[in-house]
Amino acid sequence: MDLAHLTIEAARSAVQERKTTAFALAEAHYECIQKQDGQIGAFLTLSKERALEQADRIDRMAAEGKTLPPLGGVPVGIKDVMSTRGVRTTAGSKSLDRYVPPYDCTAVARMEAAGAVVLGKMNCDEFAMGSSNENSAYHPVRNPRDLNHVPGGSSGGSAAAVAADMAVVTLGSDTGGSIRQPAAFCGVVGLMPTYGRVSRYGLIAFASSLDHIGPLTKTVKDAAIVLRTIAGRDPMDSTSADLPVPDYVAELDKPVRGLKIGVAKEYFGEGLDDEVRHAVENAIDKLKGLGCEIVPVSLPHTPYAIPTYYIIATAEASSNLARYDGVRYSHRAHGVKTLSEMYRRSRDGGFGAEVKRRIMLGTYALSAGYYDAYYLKAQKVRTLLTRDFDGAFRKVDAIVTPTSPTAAFRLGEKSNDPLAMYLADIYTVTADLAGIPGISVPCGETEERLPIGLQILGKHFDEATILRVAHAYEQAA
Amino acid sequence: MKVTELTAIPMKVTEKDVAYVADLANLELTEDEQRGMLRDLNSILEYIERLNELDTSNVPPMAQVSDRYGVDEEKQRSERFAYASREDVLEGLRKSLPHEEALANAPDADEEFFRVPKVIER
Repeated sequence: MDLAHLTIEAARSAVQERKTTAFALAEAHYECIQKQDGQIGAFLTLSKERALEQADRIDRMAAEGKTLPPLGGVPVGIKDVMSTRGVRTTAGSKSLDRYVPPYDCTAVARMEAAGAVVLGKMNCDEFAMGSSNENSAYHPVRNPRDLNHVPGGSSGGSAAAVAADMAVVTLGSDTGGSIRQPAAFCGVVGLMPTYGRVSRYGLIAFASSLDHIGPLTKTVKDAAIVLRTIAGRDPMDSTSADLPVPDYVAELDKPVRGLKIGVAKEYFGEGLDDEVRHAVENAIDKLKGLGCEIVPVSLPHTPYAIPTYYIIATAEASSNLARYDGVRYSHRAHGVKTLSEMYRRSRDGGFGAEVKRRIMLGTYALSAGYYDAYYLKAQKVRTLLTRDFDGAFRKVDAIVTPTSPTAAFRLGEKSNDPLAMYLADIYTVTADLAGIPGISVPCGETEERLPIGLQILGKHFDEATILRVAHAYEQAA
Repeated sequence: MKVTELTAIPMKVTEKDVAYVADLANLELTEDEQRGMLRDLNSILEYIERLNELDTSNVPPMAQVSDRYGVDEEKQRSERFAYASREDVLEGLRKSLPHEEALANAPDADEEFFRVPKVIER
């Protein structure tokens, strides 16, 4: 079976109609991984035994003529920040090099309950901290389009695997843009749902008020299918919203004519690459051609999003990462005499440079004397950023922007300048701070043939509209 | 934006601050790491200072998204939120992990406990 452009429905129906088996489909993907991943580096761990067991279960269902669940037999990859029972989960960190979780992340459990075959765990920046995947403690991921370029981050492995047809779908996580930015860099679809839409139970925490789980897929429809599968209240995550889950797939084909699409000038200013600007402007014209009304909106606090984000995210991270003390499950330094020496040396040996930098920044922002000036200040600006969106969404149904100011950059290009790297997230962090959903869809490529992403932002819990706009654009493009 | 608020963001981070914060965070930094951290923190904090251009004196802080969106308007008080309190019962949502599973990832454990270096010197 040709794996290129293979979608959820095509895979599932081929298994259902016995044109292939889930087993053969999984094996074909493992072959594809075997051939390519030495160069790309998207996978950290393969879970072959678990995958083939699940494939076998699906094949028995198909043989018995039972209707397969929505992801029946579909090969998927899971970002290595989501816990998988019995399968090593590292979060891209040496501190969890040998960690084997005793339970499953809810999103993973829901994917498997819907028939998905988990091929393995995807490489990522350490603890999801990064925008290029160069912060993985294991090895970087390379962009399948051009191996000299980064795939984006932190869900770089998840994006690269889908782009290179090593998985039909993957799950990623997004705290400041980590699903949408790599999706844009690799030319795939990446959806960050509303905060609270998808349970984070079993997600290794980075910044709890900003962390989201969502899919990376080849088509918008696949993103809708996955969201329908993983969304909804989970008693194990108290931040998951107790709201009904719409049928996102059924909503896709509703017309977009008459929808009001906001365009904010703050997302088209200094620092935006010309080729990206042109591609996004063309996409806006296309939406206009589809009957959408283009409405200028203002999000005046946008220039303050990055500093706000890097205080809040690092403050929360400094607290969340305190648990890696070498006692219960994380790396422990040897030859230490006292408990406090053990803590310090274990953490020093387990964490990479960017993780330490963020723990330091977050600890500083929370420390006595600086709390009001940094952390409290950032929380207040977060209110202003959220009000910007509240105001804009009184006038429009969705807002379109570039996903990232540039296409994929080269490996090593920004790795010595943390601030330059942080600015790669300039158009994505706002949605995380406000808790609104966002999707990135491919909207052309640069002269160097590197993909460009169009970001569509929506109202809280209105993924249906951004999926619909993205789908209409994708079909027309 | 008008500069109306006078919360002075403190001056740059010093070597002493780096050592103090590393101690709070339980990190042992090499001299090289300390030098890098001094440079990076100062450059990032300088960029962050632009937040001071904004007057936020009458703006409430926002810690969470889920207490303003996605609430069920039909319900009352804390019941409206997804994170409403639940009954405090033993093994309410999930059974506790069996002892050996809970200890399986420990770098050092006996059959009962996590083992750590001696805490109290005598």
